Amino acid sequence: MGKTIMTVDDSASVRQMVSFTLRDAGFEVIEAVDGRDAMKKLGATPVHMMITDLNMPNMDGIELIRSVRANSSCRFIPIIMLTTESQPEKKQEGKTAGATGWITKPFKPDQLIAVIRKVLG
Amino acid sequence: MIDQLREVFKSEAADLLAELEAGLLELEKKPGNRNAVGRVFRALHTLKGSSAMAGWNKIAPFAHEVESVFELVRIEQVSVTKELIDLILAAGDEIRRMLGEADTNAWDEAPSGQRTGEIVQQLKKLTASGGESEEIPSEVISIGEGPGGKTAIPFPTESPAAGEYATYRIFFRPFAEILSKGSNPVLLLNELHGLGVCNASACLDSIPLLDELNAEECHTSWDVILTTRGGFDAIRDVFIFVEDDCELKIEVVEQRMFGEDPEPRKLGEILVDRGDVVPEQIAQILDKKKLIGEMLVESGLVSKSKVQAALAEQQHVREMHDRARQEQTAATVRVPAERLDSLVDLVGELVTVQASLSRLAMHKKIPELRSIAEHVDRLTAELRDSTMSIRMLPIGTTFSKFNRLVRDLSSELGKEVILTIDGAETELDKTVIERIHDPLVHLIRNSIDHGIESPGVRASNGKPRQGTVHLSAIHSGANVLISIEDDGAGLNKEAIRKKAVENGLISPDVELSEKEVFGLIFAPGFSTAGKVTNVSGRGVGMDVVKSGVEALRGAIDIASREGAGTTITLKLPLTLAIVDGLLVKIADANFVLPLSIVEECVELTNGGGAAGHGRQVTFIRGEIVPYIRLRERFSIDGPAPPIEQIVVTETMGGRVGFVVDKVIGEHQTVIKNLGKIYSKVRGVSGATILGDGTVALIVDVPQIVQGAIALEERSVH
Repeated sequence: MGKTIMTVDDSASVRQMVSFTLRDAGFEVIEAVDGRDAMKKLGATPVHMMITDLNMPNMDGIELIRSVRANSSCRFIPIIMLTTESQPEKKQEGKTAGATGWITKPFKPDQLIAVIRKVLG
Repeated sequence: MIDQLREVFKSEAADLLAELEAGLLELEKKPGNRNAVGRVFRALHTLKGSSAMAGWNKIAPFAHEVESVFELVRIEQVSVTKELIDLILAAGDEIRRMLGEADTNAWDEAPSGQRTGEIVQQLKKLTASGGESEEIPSEVISIGEGPGGKTAIPFPTESPAAGEYATYRIFFRPFAEILSKGSNPVLLLNELHGLGVCNASACLDSIPLLDELNAEECHTSWDVILTTRGGFDAIRDVFIFVEDDCELKIEVVEQRMFGEDPEPRKLGEILVDRGDVVPEQIAQILDKKKLIGEMLVESGLVSKSKVQAALAEQQHVREMHDRARQEQTAATVRVPAERLDSLVDLVGELVTVQASLSRLAMHKKIPELRSIAEHVDRLTAELRDSTMSIRMLPIGTTFSKFNRLVRDLSSELGKEVILTIDGAETELDKTVIERIHDPLVHLIRNSIDHGIESPGVRASNGKPRQGTVHLSAIHSGANVLISIEDDGAGLNKEAIRKKAVENGLISPDVELSEKEVFGLIFAPGFSTAGKVTNVSGRGVGMDVVKSGVEALRGAIDIASREGAGTTITLKLPLTLAIVDGLLVKIADANFVLPLSIVEECVELTNGGGAAGHGRQVTFIRGEIVPYIRLRERFSIDGPAPPIEQIVVTETMGGRVGFVVDKVIGEHQTVIKNLGKIYSKVRGVSGATILGDGTVALIVDVPQIVQGAIALEERSVH
């Protein structure tokens, strides 16, 4: 039974790319379109890891990370933020909120897998 | 997959462009609307990210430019104007055009037209400070870039290149809240294990008592020793996500090749190096005689786990050394010496058989046979050479042992001596190396004891206080020259002479050349040292050296200048199994003289001298040369031919001629032992088999010369 990873992104193409790559590598994938959607789905299924974009409507990535870290059921899961930001502040903000790591877009599937293996074991 | 992705992206991009327009129009109505600014920015941002993901390499940079201009609006550096909105709307149209054109071009991306450049230019003009927008990273993810944008961990000053082995010390102290960031230290340690040979010891000093412990916090830190060829960057990459959540120090412990220095560092040195204690503290502690780790813990200077970590490091380095040593030997094949010896024997037999084949070919006058014989001749010579080279070892292993000897001796004798070594890579036969060790020890002892003066004497003679003994080895033809050179007092000719007379080695009135005087120190029972020391002076040693060297078919040469030093040179054959010999004949018997000591062959002109005892003398080009008749020495019956040959050899005792009936010529001599029964026979050191199957005896030149001298002395007294 593979581990479950949630991908949160408002861009359908990114979600699809991530899902495709993860399923290919044997993970279960739950998709969410923004932070609010993610928090809703997070309550329903246990998730081992989260990959989230930062810029999203309704609830952005930073806020999502804070919410996850405040939630006792999943506060220790690794969270990887997807970022196109070349600005270090955004990455720093994410780290401060509690993100485990980051991956810079655009990335190749095997780079994504490498990062997941790194934080998920 | 990429096609599928692009399809998704295209429909998504259409939505995003619509969203962009809607946001812009809203913004035009209410320029201060933060919500609208957010919508526009997010649309641009997603456009950029998704297009890059889907591989639209022209749209992505363009969207990036537009986005970075709009970023200035978002952070309220630039206010929203009509021109700005117009430009961004135009940019959206341009992106739509690029996507549309791509469609007709069968997925080939539309070239970014002139228009994109213009839009970017105008946007930049509009936002004066927006000119320095950052380039979108052209090549995908960059894990190596720290969150601060610059290197958070300083590089060690000498960072080893990836690819070569180096040992690192990694201090990893996660902050208590690291777990709440979703990071798992165990995974990081596992990752380190994946890089190479890794030893992690956990430091439990700061774990609070149970009732104060928050299980959700991490209080453990780790000291890791890692030997990897991955390089410094590979280690840093392991910690890339946690750089801000921990204290991390990466140091290079050791970069040199393992095996060069077999001594791993002491525990105290490691602790000092790690900054856990200062050297003075170590020194204090060392005064008490206990295990250092134990003492340090008791004194409370370092915690037990710190010592444990240092011990682990020591162990790790030791293991690495062992492993490196094993790898080194794995590169070579160990063969028992006796197998090599039997191979050499077989090659010897082959050389002998080859000699008879060549002889046969010469006689039979069959061209084909002769051509085959020549071929075999050449192959045998090559086979012989490579077989001999297998037995060759560099003499350096023996030389390096003498460093200790020199050190101990010089401190014992209160002298300051350093040993310098040259030509340690010079190769010679394994057996020769083994058997030359003791003679060399004697000679070095002698140099230090008798040669090098005490520092005070040296200083008053204007020499540096520290004396030098120089050991060198060099190839010279089929021989190796090993010389022991000191810059000591040199040999005192008068003292040697006097002593030799006292000891009855020579008569007081005998005329001796310099070489002959020096040669006296090798006489049995000779010692010039005033007092007998522990080291030398018992009068044994130098004659042992001489017989040892001669047993190896070698020779000794001495050169000395009083006050300047002495050089003793040992001339040794490269190998003991096969030598170049000079084949001579007396009546029907064949003899071989080692070619290395032969100087010349001349006719004996004033021969026929009365058979006497020991040596007779003849003149060769005006020089007196003593000679020995081998016919008499070996008691061969029958009259000597009218014209005899004299083979002049150079040995320790000076030039000596050997009178034989006939000189046949050079001969590849495979040396065979005579066997137990003949082991006591004097004057013959072995035998060899000739091409026609007959046996030739190998003349033991030094022994015959000595025998002759002894005989003379007996007849004189």
